[in-house]
Amino acid sequence: MALRTLLTRKTLAISPMGMLGLRGLQTFSLPDLSYDYGALEPAVSGDIMQLHHQKHHQTYITNYNKALEQLDDAVAKCDASAVVKLHSAIKFNGGGHVNHSIFWKNLAPVREGGGEPPKSSLGWAIDNHFGSLEVLIQKMNAEGAALQGSGWVWLGVDKELKRLVVETTANQDPLVTKGPNLVPLLGIDVWEHAYYLQYKNVRPDYLKNIWKVMNWKYANEVYEKECP
Amino acid sequence: MVTNAVTAIASPLKCALSPCHGFQGSTRRFRWRRNERQCARKAGHGVITAKFDLKPPPYPLDALEPHMSRETFEYHWGKHHRAYVDNLNKQIAGTELDGMTLEDIVVVTYNKGDLLPPFNNAGQVWNHDFFWESMKPGGGGKPSGELLDLINRDFGSFEEFIKEFKTAATTQFGSGWAWLVYKANRLDVGNAVNPRPSDEDKKLVVVKSPNAMNPLVWDYFPLLTVDVWEHAYYIDYQNRRPDYLSIFMEKLVSWEAVSSRLESAKVEAMEREREEERKKEEEEECGTANSEAPEMYLESDDSEAD
Repeated sequence: MALRTLLTRKTLAISPMGMLGLRGLQTFSLPDLSYDYGALEPAVSGDIMQLHHQKHHQTYITNYNKALEQLDDAVAKCDASAVVKLHSAIKFNGGGHVNHSIFWKNLAPVREGGGEPPKSSLGWAIDNHFGSLEVLIQKMNAEGAALQGSGWVWLGVDKELKRLVVETTANQDPLVTKGPNLVPLLGIDVWEHAYYLQYKNVRPDYLKNIWKVMNWKYANEVYEKECP
Repeated sequence: MVTNAVTAIASPLKCALSPCHGFQGSTRRFRWRRNERQCARKAGHGVITAKFDLKPPPYPLDALEPHMSRETFEYHWGKHHRAYVDNLNKQIAGTELDGMTLEDIVVVTYNKGDLLPPFNNAGQVWNHDFFWESMKPGGGGKPSGELLDLINRDFGSFEEFIKEFKTAATTQFGSGWAWLVYKANRLDVGNAVNPRPSDEDKKLVVVKSPNAMNPLVWDYFPLLTVDVWEHAYYIDYQNRRPDYLSIFMEKLVSWEAVSSRLESAKVEAMEREREEERKKEEEEECGTANSEAPEMYLESDDSEAD
């Protein structure tokens, strides 16, 4: 029963727009983008943004809600093996929802500051830790390009050590799976669905261009919250 | 030489890719290193031998339209598959892997799960060769003969098999492959953790694998595969993986190729069984002979025997 309480509390934190389901278990819904689908062109095409948001992200949410309902059921029946069996669907779909919710906030149209380099505390921290923004970008692009299969490349901060990290995660694993104290500042989706219609097999070109619409303002806000 | 032919081999290719099981999954740790030949190459001698070619599919690139477009083939075969081949050749040139068969390279570089760098490319070269040959123009329909009998026996019905295969393909989270394999009672696979250790009889099973993995590392005999990396279906189906899978089963699968592979698999399985029995008999014989040997050693032993 403690598991269910933990879930409902966490869901409140992640999705203020969730609705209460039958047993008081929140369901998640697709967060809106704060920009039009075409607003990130030419870095990321409107077709990709629309599919990515309306189909891929929505599917993760739909399946996440389904898995949570099944989990609720299994917990109520004290069916331990059913609970365990659901964990990979929860991790995958829940992770997909968490990661994409961050991703949409990581991007911004150029006219709203997308691509403008980070200033103030995050900017200094990047220079201190990596030497320069260019070095950080190069590192993230190299790791993103080298990632086999599907996954994400992250800029995160270790909230205990107050240190920036670059990490990759496989599939839809959230950054926290690489370290419980890691908080994501920026994530780049390197699943093929994130770029294929526009860049086809040339993932490095996608990685080069996505920095032109990177929303450093948001990353800085998150950083300053963890490292005031 | 790499051929960029749009009109590839027209006649149906008999599947030449029956898995090589000559390599018995060594338990030793394979140390992968470059040998002296690389120095000779730098000095300007010799020729760089491109070990593996980019094999064209056994049909023209537009032959599977509208179910799998020519554009998909131009990228999937022409770019992705080609890159795996080129990168693999670069990685193995001048190393101990140079000269091995592709199947052996896959198994060796799997290295009990501690993947060596060439594994990804080797696995993907093999997987894609196998995938093109798993399809044909005017494919789909139902299998027949012994293959259908085994499907009915091991899955209950053809429809049940389809369901299980599609489920595996849909729930392969991320990139990977779904497979129909012939599993010949390998409980100890040596090189990898057996995903189906409890199955005892020679039977057909459905398995799925992530990224570049394939059933060769589990010592299974692959019969059919479908690529569920997004690049395999995104141009034609975008996010709709279930639609892609339905069309694959209904319109593309070459049951002839699957049947032919099953035949080869059964023959190999039988040969392996005979070989293992022969070895066991030999060991038993050697066991009785060895009981006489110590006397010889004691007589000639001038060091420790007291």
